[in-house]
Amino acid sequence: MSLGARGRALALPLAFVATWQLATGILMPSLASALPPPSKVLAEAWGVLASGDLLASAGHSLWRVLGGVVVAVSLGIPVGVGIGLSALFEDIVDPAVEFLRPIPPIAWIPLGILWFGIGDTQNMFIIFLGAFFPVVLNTVSGVRAVDRSLVWAALTLGGSRGQIIKEIVLPGALPLILTGCRIGLGVGWMALVAAELVAARSGLGFMIQSARYALATQRVILGMAVIGVLGLLMDRGMLWLERHVVPWVTSAR
Amino acid sequence: MPRLVIADVTKVYTLPRNGTALPALGPVNFTVDEGEFVTLLGPSGCGKSSLLRIVAGLEAASSGVATFDGEPIQGPSSRRGMVFQEYALPPWKTVQDNVELGLKFRGVSKARRREIAARYITLVGLVGFEDRYPHELSGGMRQRCALARTLANDAELLLMDEPFGAVDATTREIIQGELLRIWGEHLSPRERKTVLFVTHSIDEAIYLSDRVVVMSRRPGVIKEVYADPLPRPRTDEVRSSPEFLKARDHLWSLVRDEALRAMTERVD
Amino acid sequence: MRPRSAGLRRARRLVAALVLLAVWQACSVVVLPRVAPYLVILLPPPLAVASAFLDLARTGDIVVHVLASLKRVVGAFLIAAVSGVGLGVVIGWWRTFGDLVDPLVEFFRPIPPLAWIPLAILWFGIGDTQNMFIIFLGAFFPIVVNSIAAVGGVDRTLVWGALTLGGSRWQILREIVLPGALPTVLTGLRIGLGVGWMALVAAELVAASSGLGFLIEDSRNLLFTERVLVGMILIGLLGLVMDRGMRLLQAWLVPWAVSWR
Repeated sequence: MSLGARGRALALPLAFVATWQLATGILMPSLASALPPPSKVLAEAWGVLASGDLLASAGHSLWRVLGGVVVAVSLGIPVGVGIGLSALFEDIVDPAVEFLRPIPPIAWIPLGILWFGIGDTQNMFIIFLGAFFPVVLNTVSGVRAVDRSLVWAALTLGGSRGQIIKEIVLPGALPLILTGCRIGLGVGWMALVAAELVAARSGLGFMIQSARYALATQRVILGMAVIGVLGLLMDRGMLWLERHVVPWVTSAR
Repeated sequence: MPRLVIADVTKVYTLPRNGTALPALGPVNFTVDEGEFVTLLGPSGCGKSSLLRIVAGLEAASSGVATFDGEPIQGPSSRRGMVFQEYALPPWKTVQDNVELGLKFRGVSKARRREIAARYITLVGLVGFEDRYPHELSGGMRQRCALARTLANDAELLLMDEPFGAVDATTREIIQGELLRIWGEHLSPRERKTVLFVTHSIDEAIYLSDRVVVMSRRPGVIKEVYADPLPRPRTDEVRSSPEFLKARDHLWSLVRDEALRAMTERVD
Repeated sequence: MRPRSAGLRRARRLVAALVLLAVWQACSVVVLPRVAPYLVILLPPPLAVASAFLDLARTGDIVVHVLASLKRVVGAFLIAAVSGVGLGVVIGWWRTFGDLVDPLVEFFRPIPPLAWIPLAILWFGIGDTQNMFIIFLGAFFPIVVNSIAAVGGVDRTLVWGALTLGGSRWQILREIVLPGALPTVLTGLRIGLGVGWMALVAAELVAASSGLGFLIEDSRNLLFTERVLVGMILIGLLGLVMDRGMRLLQAWLVPWAVSWR
């Protein structure tokens, strides 16, 4: 990006932060309890980093997301491939999927608490539910999107069913499978925040909820920013992965 | 007095990724007289479509000047109407609405619009299809609708960018004949529109034009301006006449080298 | 992979659904009690769920909760729709405005709407305003992003065609860009409604005294698992109905657009 364009891109965000600092930091300090100025948030960041709290909370949240998403992907891809390739499998599994899918993972939280109590298992369960369906759906789309003529070509070359799945279908579906993983990760991260808000004793969601009870607004804002940044980094990381693992896709991004 | 003058026009594109300059066209010099049908013929990528867009005012020339009726071209105008290879018909408008679109832009009253559009819909042979949507029409019909739209707007210069490229081969020959009829082949040059046509098909160029401007591969410059010897009106039989074959031999020898070299060049 | 008839497939799905219900019933009534009697709390049988629903319907409670949730969602969504489409179209259409404002939007977008809940409670307390603020945040960003893409995605040759017909900037905006952008704008609205609905549930879970989200959390506290399930199913059902409704709206308004899931 050219210098001028970069300048224009940063203009409003910087102006926003500056106005924010000016408003509650200098002009109207009485509002600082509702909206602490950026300086206070940064000071809080420093303190929380130094005490190791921030790393512990973030680490715990990331650990849960990792667990939930890994299970979702390990189950979701085979299920998706099965649905995409076998009409029988699809007919068996479809009612359950279509019944459970509309229920947002967040709505599972009370039931999850009843089943697993408050803790890692419950959180990972919610994340799993969040990530599972995007992975399945995108895998199905990916399998269905594989160019028919590639499969036919493989058949005329004498390929067996298993070989075709391994050599043609899976690589062909890979772009959309990765997209599904990325979306699943995003939904899982959102579900995690909600789950930790309600039922956890550690993690970023718990941190901002307890900060609220303590009326430590600067910590709430800090937590929100960290959640946002981590979510963004994970998304960008997945995009980078997509671009490097499947370079043959002419992506229109 | 030529209506369209192209003087030393060049076009250079800069790649957004790394800023390198990509010369696409020129310098090009030629003129088009009133009522003439001139075709730009050349291999893919030679810049002929860029040149057409410059004349339409949709792109600016990097250097040189294009003038129409003595005035330099600085932007698009309804006086220089364009027909696109992809039809450019908004899919949510019926044939009737599409043909009326230019008139609507110019504030013509609804009743008058209807009247004018009806005339051109009849001219291009789409009577009965006024309420159809583009996706309900064949490629040839869509192109006729696009043509009616430009004609209804009373453009003085007709710019046609490979309009039959997306039409199947059999329909293409028929619609070429239709185009000559609609254009008014039988009229005198003063009574018919001036046309600048772009194609990479030699047969199409010979069949339609008064003159053919043969272009080299990218960056396109003029190799020759060929005067089409075939008499008008052009019938179907003329396609297999000895004059046609001689013209095709001549143009093919001009184009072949360029096409071969363009084929083996790297796509950057 | 031989094609099967549609009738056979429908029959297989029906059987699968019935088997699912039977397995559920079996788990609740047979398997769980055998492990430990109190475990029935974890998964009440389908009939218990159905009768809990009827109970809530009879007292009118369910209507109160559904209406409370719907009222919040519709209100916040409408605000998000108007502001989101407006902002998105302007960002997509005016380059200089877009270059300035879009980064600010992208600055806030990565923060999940649910992460705003504690701050929103600090600002607005517990109640409708807080709930609607969260829903608005949830719906706003997908709507803006899709509206920007919608304007940018309008076929360039359509704009060129209109230019060579002598159209002015405003005429092209009205006749070509807005209708051309409509399909993607509607998709953005549909996605925004979905996210908003989800945000509503979360906001009500944490901080409300009515609504479906409140219902399932409150029922959990009272160990009324049947009601939790009723709530969950209703949340899913209403979300589904809203999504289908938006798809129908899309099909009706923009029949020329190729629809893909």
